[in-house]
Amino acid sequence: MALDKAAVAHIATLARIRLSEAELEPLAEELSHILTWVEQLNEVDTSGVTPMAGVTATRLPMREDEVTDGGCREEILGNAPRTARGFFVVPKVVE
Amino acid sequence: MSEGSLLALTLAEARDGLARKAFSARELAIAYNKAVKEAEPLNAYITPTPERALAMADAADQRLAQGKPLPLDGIPIAVKDLYCTKEVLTTAGSHILDGFRPPYESTVTAKLWRSGAVMLGKANLDEFAMGSSNTTSYYGPVENPWRRPEDNRPLVPGGSSGGSAAAVAARAALAATGTDTGGSVRQPASFCGIVGLKPTYGRCSRWGVVAYASSLDHPGPMTRTVRDAAILLRAMAGHDPRDSTSAAVPVPDFEAALTGDVRGLRVGIPQEYRAEGMPGEIESLWQQGVEWLRAAGADPVEISLPMTKYALPTYYIIAPAEASSNLARYDGVRFGLRVEGGSLDEIYELTRAAGFGAEVRRRVLIGTYVLSAGYYDAYFLKAQRVRAMITRDFVSAFERVDCILTPTAPSAAFAIGEKSEDPIAMYLNDLFTVPANLAGVPAISVPAGLSDDGLPLGLQITGRAFDEETVLRVAEVLESAAQFRHLPSFIAGGHS
Repeated sequence: MALDKAAVAHIATLARIRLSEAELEPLAEELSHILTWVEQLNEVDTSGVTPMAGVTATRLPMREDEVTDGGCREEILGNAPRTARGFFVVPKVVE
Repeated sequence: MSEGSLLALTLAEARDGLARKAFSARELAIAYNKAVKEAEPLNAYITPTPERALAMADAADQRLAQGKPLPLDGIPIAVKDLYCTKEVLTTAGSHILDGFRPPYESTVTAKLWRSGAVMLGKANLDEFAMGSSNTTSYYGPVENPWRRPEDNRPLVPGGSSGGSAAAVAARAALAATGTDTGGSVRQPASFCGIVGLKPTYGRCSRWGVVAYASSLDHPGPMTRTVRDAAILLRAMAGHDPRDSTSAAVPVPDFEAALTGDVRGLRVGIPQEYRAEGMPGEIESLWQQGVEWLRAAGADPVEISLPMTKYALPTYYIIAPAEASSNLARYDGVRFGLRVEGGSLDEIYELTRAAGFGAEVRRRVLIGTYVLSAGYYDAYFLKAQRVRAMITRDFVSAFERVDCILTPTAPSAAFAIGEKSEDPIAMYLNDLFTVPANLAGVPAISVPAGLSDDGLPLGLQITGRAFDEETVLRVAEVLESAAQFRHLPSFIAGGHS
């Protein structure tokens, strides 16, 4: 699959990574190269094969729904770039 | 004992020396703190923690004096900077985690400290463990302590656990933790002439280890000998209710499995690994490995793993897909770097543009693409189906054989900058290591010989799920036969 500049810009928006106009062309080339290479998987007949998401048992273990941790707001906020009155601070998102 | 001879001890020897009070944990920690300093030009550590090491060593000495030592009391180790360590800077080799001091400790490191181990510092790595040469770290490349004779160019230590491998090889750590998503423990072990073990998926908890690709990430030990790997794995392993993929199985005494007896064991030799263009030196070392095991009484058997050639492209769909999802959390809001912007979306986009390096960005973009509407089935589900077939290959092989012998990597260490132009050329480093990650089976790299240009090469033993004991037993027999006694050009404490 060959990706063009517009496709790369779209993916970058989905991934929330800002790219400059100058970065789009080289990235389109690199990503197309990688995608063409992985497409060799199309040679493999996988009909009837169940996709494998992981190697462990498919059923996740259950536990009691109890509070086992918490009460550490200050420690968590301690790593935040901006906080105020016990909250993370971001620009206004609701008009 | 002189500091140089303290640094030359294996983990098992240091443990025994501490127990009979030939030296103290404090003396050992002082020698290693100096070694960490002496090894600075290798850039193997991002954050040394010499004071913490001394405090932990003193606590170990107290227990030793009371005659109640813990299994790893006084053993100084390096921790790959992907493991969260409480209140100690944890970077994942990335700019985006600037200043991050976790309010919690990873399960594996907590277990190590509870076993008495001493933390020397946080080891350098490829950014978010994405790389095979330790050149993608925001904190700069790590140098391999090995050099080619009569060639002064610095070589890569392999990756992504390159700082861990370089530190252990250069005697700037007695052992180290690594993580292995596609070969990141075994390939650097091979490049630096040490032992690296990727256990079975679920054997060691991933809780508190910065996630790259959750279904493929495996914490594992990196050591100077197979015995040391057995000792360290025992302390790292065990069920953890905080990791839903952690296996509730008993942890055996892996050291007890090192009987030296491999008589009658069937060792699979997969024909597909004779990839075209495999260098002659790798091929002949592999053959040598077959002969060593045969001489020890094992029974080499030709086997087929037909899906081998599809393991790498499968990996390069699944790993970036999982990474793109795992790395969504780096948003400039809760921890690490933040680049201010006019809107929330702009903060995300600017922070992630500034915070991620080129390889991480590439993988996040590929991952986002293969998971996006219209491409999910064609790429991601397709790769998951091929992954099932690769796993089935191993399951059928293990009906016929007890373990599999292959080379660890298709080459020895290369010079920094020698082959990073083409991402796919770099990805090929993991040709022989990736299949075990996809199938979740245990695999170890053991230093077995030198390349034509005088650099270490490893052989790999892969085993059945949760049968690290056979893997370790066969690895130790290989190690005894190979008698790998070569040392890198740089070692802390100097060559005696």
